[in-house]
Formats: sequence, structure tokens, C-alpha cells
Amino acid sequence: MSFADKYEMVCGVETHVEMATKTKIFCGCSTEFGGAQNTHVCPVCLGLPGVLPVLNKEVVNLAIKAGLALNCEIAQFSKFDRKNYFYPDLTKNYQTSQYDLPICKSGWLDITVNGTNKRIGITRAHMEEDAGKLVHSGETITTSNSSGVDYNRTGVPLLEIVSEPDMRSIDEVLVYLEQLVQIMDYAGISDCKLEQGSVRFDINVSLRLKGAEQFGTRTETKNLNSFSSVRRCLEYETERQAEALDDGEEIIQETRTWDEGRGMTLSLRSKEEAHDYRYFPEPDLMPLVIDRDWVERIRASMPELPAAKKARLQALGLSEYDAGVIIASKAMAAFFDQALARIDDAKLLANWVMGDLSGLLKTNGRSFEDSPVSPEQLAGMLALIKKGDISGKIGKTVLEEIYNTGKDPEMIIKEKGLVQISDEGELGKIVDSILAANEKSVADYQAGKESALGFLVGQVMKATKGQANPGLVNKLLRDKLAQ
Amino acid sequence: MTIFKSLEELHHMLVQKEISCVELTRAYLDYVDSADCWVKAFLTVTADSALTKATEIDKKITAGESLGPLEGLPMALKDNMCTEGIPTTCGSRILENFNPPYNATVTERLNAAGAVLVGKLNMDEFAMGSSTENSGYYPTANPWHLDRVPGGSSGGSAACVAAREVPFALGSDTGGSIRQPAAFCGVVGLKPTYGAVSRYGLVAFASSLDQIGPLTTNVKDNALVLNTIAGHDPKDSTSVPFVKPDYTQFLEKNVKGLKIGIPDEYFASGLNPDVAEVIQKAIRTFESLGAEVERCSLPHTEYAMPAYYIIAPAECSSNLARYDGVRYGYRAEADDMSEMFKKTREKGFGQEVKRRIMLGTYALSSGYYDAYYLKAQKVRTLIKQDFDRAFAKYDVLLSPTAPTTAYKIGEKSDPLAMYMGDVYTIPVNLAGLPAISVPAGFVDGMPVGMQLISKHFDEGTLYKAAYAFEQNTEYHLQMPALLKEVR
Ligand SMILES: [Zn+2]
Repeated sequence: MSFADKYEMVCGVETHVEMATKTKIFCGCSTEFGGAQNTHVCPVCLGLPGVLPVLNKEVVNLAIKAGLALNCEIAQFSKFDRKNYFYPDLTKNYQTSQYDLPICKSGWLDITVNGTNKRIGITRAHMEEDAGKLVHSGETITTSNSSGVDYNRTGVPLLEIVSEPDMRSIDEVLVYLEQLVQIMDYAGISDCKLEQGSVRFDINVSLRLKGAEQFGTRTETKNLNSFSSVRRCLEYETERQAEALDDGEEIIQETRTWDEGRGMTLSLRSKEEAHDYRYFPEPDLMPLVIDRDWVERIRASMPELPAAKKARLQALGLSEYDAGVIIASKAMAAFFDQALARIDDAKLLANWVMGDLSGLLKTNGRSFEDSPVSPEQLAGMLALIKKGDISGKIGKTVLEEIYNTGKDPEMIIKEKGLVQISDEGELGKIVDSILAANEKSVADYQAGKESALGFLVGQVMKATKGQANPGLVNKLLRDKLAQ
Repeated sequence: MTIFKSLEELHHMLVQKEISCVELTRAYLDYVDSADCWVKAFLTVTADSALTKATEIDKKITAGESLGPLEGLPMALKDNMCTEGIPTTCGSRILENFNPPYNATVTERLNAAGAVLVGKLNMDEFAMGSSTENSGYYPTANPWHLDRVPGGSSGGSAACVAAREVPFALGSDTGGSIRQPAAFCGVVGLKPTYGAVSRYGLVAFASSLDQIGPLTTNVKDNALVLNTIAGHDPKDSTSVPFVKPDYTQFLEKNVKGLKIGIPDEYFASGLNPDVAEVIQKAIRTFESLGAEVERCSLPHTEYAMPAYYIIAPAECSSNLARYDGVRYGYRAEADDMSEMFKKTREKGFGQEVKRRIMLGTYALSSGYYDAYYLKAQKVRTLIKQDFDRAFAKYDVLLSPTAPTTAYKIGEKSDPLAMYMGDVYTIPVNLAGLPAISVPAGFVDGMPVGMQLISKHFDEGTLYKAAYAFEQNTEYHLQMPALLKEVR
């Protein structure tokens, strides 16, 4: 009997999102990524004796925004708590976080997996401060003879989003995470740069026999920072748990860590040695009272979120697939919308954005964020095609020229003489000369060989350096050959 | 002697050019030099920077610029207030080489007002204690009787003001640590409303209780210092944006019609009868001045002490977790990291600090949180409500500051016996109220303090009552005999 026939996985995820504020959660230091070690620090984020935290209001704004994007209730009364634990990269040896009164709770996120819709519950989302980073002299902590701490990340604001254990397959987990990250990106909560660690996942997973009511014992694997690691980790961990259960072993509730190199999870600590965090209300910060006006002001400023954007694009005639591709990248979607304001043809625009322009950017290792072709320029070029001033084929040439020179499409067409020849008299003469020069093809065509027409069209296009209006060339050729 | 004067008199001397600021500063430094070998109030004397600052002030005087009320006047700070580049040890070995890279807000404000820092003052380690015997360095003596404690934890601050080593000092008060030593040393000590003075840069003991306040030889000086240090600070989220009055405007000799409540619970068993007699006499003084005095009740007073000894250690266990020998302060030698942490704390912290860290860790741990910490917070609410009810009827409450006068150094070895010394001051901290201790008389040559308590941000009424009492009595004019010997 295979795994899937016998067991069902139950998974919930805690996602840590670094919020995109300019300054840290409790002091004025920069949150910028990179920078020499320990340069974005002050007495407050270093936790020196006597310092006090001051809450950055922008963090609260973003947390409320995230809560609204995830359909959460926004607490009217919220507070911060101290989570006491001893760790080298935590300067005060406690983390200021939120315990029993988080700012957001009871939300949800709708996902679509293989055409089926499913609602994943969001238990809560709360604000907290990030810790510093250990810097080892060697490869790992055990092979190093010294370790330093870089406190630049200490105090960077985090939003911890906790899901319900509602996911039942690896695909569901990945779709949930992808959509969650996309929403955080669109709502401007975070820059969502996974490779810089600005989003991290803790995966809780357990197995139960198919049809069983009760959850099995779960393990928690901490600090995964890519979708592929999540997939591999879940594949490994479900397999490991299934084998253990098959062998009649008990799963231990424990915290595990993902070893990317070896592709396996390893035990970090068991429940027996779990921390007693000794939470208590942070006495250095006042309770947070959030009036309804505050929430409504933020609701009014919410940008269009991915699901709404996708629905709008589909209503404009795009296929579900195309709409999905465009919203998958916030930058591409923004580019699309800016161009759409200038050209009333979503399908044509989608084809060029997803096709030629994407290709051009990809070949040059660039993205829509720093596209040398502006949305206005692309829309302008497409307008010329629609007007019949240039052919689609010339359009490709023009696009490349815009990309390379930054010039506007009209100017490129003018300078290069790329305007389409749509003058019947002028084209007629060229057609006549081609017909005269290719008697064999004419005869072939008249003998019923349709492909000869294609050759003749090609000759006309060649003679006009591609500027002839192809539709017109076709029409003229057919007319003249029928005579 | 020139220097045994009030802030106002010293200010006048500078303005009238009877003495230069350098001369004044040197006079104080010389006196500290001769007196402090007896009192041992100072942990650090900052003679060089004090004289540099005095020179700058003299330039201002020569240039004819006007001087602020504290400008050019010497001061000293309890050693738990951060001073940039100047040792701030908190009376603990674990911070013995800690020179903060920043100033506390009170330090900044006093510096800006031109006060001249002459040194940092001894204290019970991390402000935990009631006698300054728990200092990691040495005990401070009471200037009235050198074999007696000055009280604590701001014992250094109270003793140095009582010995006239500086005209004013700042202390911090978590459960009575300004008022109780002020009472033991016969000086004026104010614990302001929680949130009236910034805690930024005050090395935390129990964050929700700590408050900085002035110790002076008389009420007017106290108001002058509060004028400078009080006010909202954006660096402290618990600091309140309130309209700060000029506190000296409340000083009048008249208290006719002032309603004074005398809480029965503060005169129960444990109060030394001689101290009680002094306070009764003080009450009669107020009556003779036209105040309306009435007995009243604060029924939850008996629960204040146990609640305090849950909340304060709980917060301290968290606040002191950062001292591990890694980033600053004392570090013990050891073979590995865990050993280093353990040894640093074993050697760096004293008994009382360890006791409270353990108490607090226990009280916060899962399974005990509801039974201890949560219950203590509920008691705290009841105590606040007691006071709210009282202040609906009375302008101030009057009590002894401490149940006894200063006891002998080494006399109280049982920590619980020492905790009882703060029985009248602790409820005030739990409720976040302002309270002042003023000299009210003597028992066997040792000073007795009277505590006056008022409602939130009503320091003005405290000063009014205290000033009227002071101006109609002569206790504050007496000085320890030691002073005559030293000079
Ligand atoms: Zn900082």
C-alpha cells in the first residue's frame, strides 16, 4: 500500500515576514539589508543597560494592512509581551513579541490547487523584533574556533503569520505559501526577498491514518527560506514519519532543523527540553489601542491584491493562465496596468508583455522593475500596430530598438523609415515587378500550388525590406494572379 | 562654611560673583575628599570634567550671561543613571568596567541646565535593597551616625546630600528607594508620579515601578530640581506628555483647608512607638496650620508587600538577563561558553540580586504565572483603587516614611526583616503615585521622615504641604555632627 493510500498529512505553517519599514521596530536605525557588520546599530537595538524601546508606528500600519489583506480581525486592544530566552544573538536575552493579544487574528486565505478552491485559516499574525546573526569563523558553529555577532538585523520588524493546520498535501502548502508571499508583496508589507531571508517558514507537520479524526504527533521544522526547501523538507519529513509509523514507532513532538546540504531534517530539541519562555507584558511599552478610524484609513489605502487583479484581467478577456502569469510578478503586473491605461486591447498587450518583452528582458538578465522599455513606449508601439502603421514583425524590430536606444517608437520608425507601405498604387507596382520576375512561381500557383503564393509574398516583403503591409500584399497578389 | 547652602543661595553667590564656579566646584571637591572617606557615598568622583565644566560656566558669568537656577551648581547621580564615558556600575561588580556610550535623559537635562556632575553614587546592587549594604563595592554610612545604614537603595544619594557633599543628587525609587534613605538621613526625597520623569538611561530594576527623583536638603531645592528633570521624553514610551508646571509656584506657608487623610493601616503593628510619636506631633503641626486631618483606610495595604515581591523580581529576572559577560561589563574566565556565563553571573551578582532573579524566574514560569504574577497584578489594581477612593476625599495622605529610624550596619541579616522597612513606601510605587519624605523630627539623634502622598501628577500639592511643614519647623536646619568634625 502506498503512502498516499495509507496516510494523510496535516500541515500548518508559521511564516516570518520582515516588514518593509525604513527604520527598526523600536529605534531609529536603518533596516537596510547588507552594510558592514554592526553599522546599523544604536544603544537601543543593542539592548545596552538603561535603554527603552519606542514603537515605530509604521510597523503597526503594516501589520494592520497585512491583517486586512488576510481577512483578519484587527484587535482594538493589543499589547507587547516579553518572551524570555537566552540566546547569543538576542541582546537583551528576551524578545519583545506579542503573546495573548496579537494585533490580527481569525483570518483566512483562499487558495486554488488543481482547479479546486480551498480556504486556509489564519490563526493570528503578530509583531515582533528580529534577532541578530551569528557569524562563524569557520563553516559551522562546531568547526569554528570563534564566532561573532552582527546586530544589523536586530530589531528589524517581523510579522509572524500563523496558519491553521488546514493543509493536506505538499501542493496545498506550496500554493498557500506562494499566495501568501504574493499578497505580502502586493500589499507592500515586505519586499519578500526570500534569498535575503526576508521571509522564513516554520513547518508543522504530522501524519494520520486516512480517515482518522485525530491529528498525529507533529514535528516543527524551523527557518526554511525557499519554496524548494519547503517541498524537499516536507517530502523528507512525511516519508520519515511514515516509515517510523510503519515500524510501529512513536513520533516525538520536537523541533527539527532542515539540513539543506544533506537534504534531511535533524532533531534540535524535544518537547521535554522545550523552553519555558516566561511571557509577561512588556512594561516598557504602553498597550496598543487601535481605534476603528485608524483601521478604516488603512483599509481605504489598500492596493489591489493579487486575487482581485487576476479577476479583473480575466474580465478583460485574458485566459486564466495568462492572468495568472501576469499577476505572478508584481512588477510585470504593474507594468501591464500602466500600459493598459494607454492601449485598449488587453489581449494584444498581454501577448507582448508575456512574449517579446519578457523574452527580451530575460535574455538581458533584467526584470520589469528596471525595464528599459517603458509601459508608455510599449503601448505607443502597439497603437501603431493597431493603426496599421507598422506590421507586427516590424514591431519586434521597433521593440528591440526601444530597448537598446530608449527612443520613442514614433521616432524610431521615422528615423529608420520603417513605416508600413499601405499605398495600393505603390505596392501594385512592386507586385507587378515581382510577378514579372517569377514566371515559374506564377505558373505553379495557377496550376493549383498554393505554396507558391507564400514565396511570392516573401519576395515582395524582401523587396520592401519588410515594410509592405502583408495583408495588402496578399490581397494584391491574389487579385492580380486571378486576372 | 561657604558651601553648606541651599541651591538658591549658591546660585545667588555665583550671580553676585561672590565666588567663581571653579572656586565653588573646587570647594565641594575638597570637601568630598575629606568627608567621603567617612561617608563612602561616592563610587566615582569626576573632578576633572567637573572643573572643565566649571571653567565654561565662569566664562559665561564673565561674559555677563544670565545663569539658570541650577547652572554651575554641583550635583551627583545614583550610579544606575547612564553617563556617557563615565562609569555606570549600578553598584554591581558585573558592570564594574561599563562606560555607557550614551547619557540618560535626566543626565542630558541636567547637563543642559548647566549643573556640574561631581560624581556617581553608591547604591544597593541594581537598586535591590534597603540599606546600601548590598552594594557590590562597599556599604555607605549614615552621616548622622557612621555605624548606621543610610537606607537604600539610594543610600549614596541620601547620605551625600545629608553630609552636604553636594547640594542635590538624584536617586531612583522602585519600592521606596528615595524616600526611605531620605528619611534615614534627614533630607527631602521625592518619588515623582510614574511617567513624570524619563526612565531612558536608568538601568532597569523593575520597569513598571522604577522612577527617578531628587534628594535635597530642603523642599524648594527639590522643586527646582524637579523643574529641570520632569517632562515628557519621546525616548520613553511610558513617559507621559503632561503640562509641566513651575513647581516652585506651589510653595506657600499656608495649608488652611488642606484635607489630609491618615491611613490607619500605616500606624499598625511594626511601627516603632517613638517614630509614631514623632509623626503624631507632625500631624498636630498640620492641624495647627489649619489643615483638616481625618483618619482613613486603605484596606488592601497588607497585600502590597507580597504583590511587590512578585512583580519586582519578575521584571528584574527579565531585565537582568542581559548581563552575561559577553558584550560589556565583567567577564569571568572559563573553559567554555556555558561555564563563562555561569561564572560571570556567579561572581558578578551578589546574594540579593540572585535571590530576586530566582524568585522572579519562578513566579513567571509556566504553571505558576497565574498563581503568582497574575494575582499580584490583580492586587496592584485593588491597591490603586484604594488610593483612588482616598483621593476622592483627601488632598494628601500622611504616614511615616519608614517604621524605624536607621539601624546598625549588619544588624538586619534576614532579608524579610529588611523588606519590612519599605512597608509604607511600596504601595505608592504599585499605584504609580507621587510621594515625598520630609524631615519630621528625631529619635535618639536619628532623623525620622514623614511621607506625604498625593494623586497622579499632583506633585504641586505635595510641595505645598511639605513646604508649609518645613517652614513651620526646624528639623531641616539641623546637620549631622560629622560635618563639624570634618571641616
Ligand atoms: Zn537601533
